[in-house]
Amino acid sequence: MPETHIQTAFDRDLEAIQALIMKMGGMVEAAITDAAKALETRDEALADMVRGNDKAIDELETRVNEEAIRVIATRAPTAIDLRTVVSVMKVSGNLERIGDYSKNIAKRATVLTQMSQIHDTAPAIRRMAQAVELMLIDALDAYIKRDAKLAEDVRLRDAEVDQMYNALFRQFLTYMMEDPRNITGCMHLHFIAKNIERMGDHVTGIAEQVIYLVTGTLPEDNRPKNDRTSFQKALEE
Amino acid sequence: MDDMRIVERQLDQQELKIKADNVQVYYGTSHAIKDVSVEIEDKTVTAFIGPSGCGKSTFLRCLNRMNDTIDICRVEGQILLDGENIYDKKVDPVQLRAKVGMVFQKPNPFPKSIYDNVAYGPRIHGLAKNKAELDEIVEKSLRRGAIWDEVKDRLDAPGTGLSGGQQQRLCIARAVATEPEVLLMDEPCSALDPIATAQVEELIDELRSNYSVVIVTHSMQQAARVSQKTAFFHLGNLVEFGETGQIFTNPVDSRTESYITGRIG
Repeated sequence: MPETHIQTAFDRDLEAIQALIMKMGGMVEAAITDAAKALETRDEALADMVRGNDKAIDELETRVNEEAIRVIATRAPTAIDLRTVVSVMKVSGNLERIGDYSKNIAKRATVLTQMSQIHDTAPAIRRMAQAVELMLIDALDAYIKRDAKLAEDVRLRDAEVDQMYNALFRQFLTYMMEDPRNITGCMHLHFIAKNIERMGDHVTGIAEQVIYLVTGTLPEDNRPKNDRTSFQKALEE
Repeated sequence: MDDMRIVERQLDQQELKIKADNVQVYYGTSHAIKDVSVEIEDKTVTAFIGPSGCGKSTFLRCLNRMNDTIDICRVEGQILLDGENIYDKKVDPVQLRAKVGMVFQKPNPFPKSIYDNVAYGPRIHGLAKNKAELDEIVEKSLRRGAIWDEVKDRLDAPGTGLSGGQQQRLCIARAVATEPEVLLMDEPCSALDPIATAQVEELIDELRSNYSVVIVTHSMQQAARVSQKTAFFHLGNLVEFGETGQIFTNPVDSRTESYITGRIG
């Protein structure tokens, strides 16, 4: 199919919205890295910066939605164009949530700097954050390249993030049982790990939107889920 | 697609109204319709879309043998209406056209009064026993054509004195007056303003509860709004025929996609 519309202004509109998504994606990627780094290096200034930057991400989401609504109203998009407009709205929602989770990690990182370090859990959390960030980079890459195969790959990789979360969950549980003074810190760390696990789900959502955009249908099979903490007994009573 | 309209349609299981098999149409040596097979359901609005000259109007005109009037036109293949071949020698084209009504792109009222324009069909087909019944048919038809309120006080005025949009709605009223089973519409709204267009579209949706409607339109949005099935024609071929929601969200053929999204194709 030819790539361009007869009305070139339509192409410009669609490109402009997708450029906003990419800009948002870049900001969210940075937020994930910086939040994890602030936690590991106990860098309060960096954590503050992540918290401050979230506002810009939220504003971009609003703009993406406004632009998408304008295109729907003025251009009545159909087929691939319609799927593009619908997907940018969903992807921007996913990105905005990931931004919120990063902000929350930064907030907890600030609290954690006031406490003594609990064992050496920060590198494991950073690795988990890195895995999610790489997934996000690939998901956005798949979006721009309209690559459903890459998106499917991203979608399956979420299982690894779930596994990392399970491992951390057990680790925190052990530390809390060892010494009740660890509870406050571990609770914060656990929420951080949970936030990253949720980010993985949102990246998966983006990957699914790519598949919908390219093929016109959402993947039907249930992707493998490895977050089993809800079934784990809290304590071996 | 779980479009509400589909769910609705699946509930009242559709019957086949028109079945076209391997239809070929030639104008002299030019091959205008190439091997088109399509099934048009009863109580359904089917839209034909496609670029100018793609054959959609030609195909529409085959459905009530309007092409008979063109000497160089030759139709091959089979078109069944309720299982009967309409090109059979026994079929009277006049009777056929009472069953398969038509509304054209350009309004073409008879040079008669508004009343007589609508009463003409019912009169020649003997649908009314007396004047009172005929009055009733005329009023009902004009109401269905969404023009009653504008003309009720001047039914004796000539139909040709109305505005273009009013004339078109008069023609629709005239077409529905004989209670056709199938209504063919060739660009019925191209001369109408948005309000009259909406009224005609509402009328089309209403007609759907009793009849089968086939509409040719250049307005993609109109096809999407009024139809349940959409057929895309290109260079005399039927490229894609499917549920309207599917055609407009996820067409199978790349030519359909290029056309409906306004890309050069």
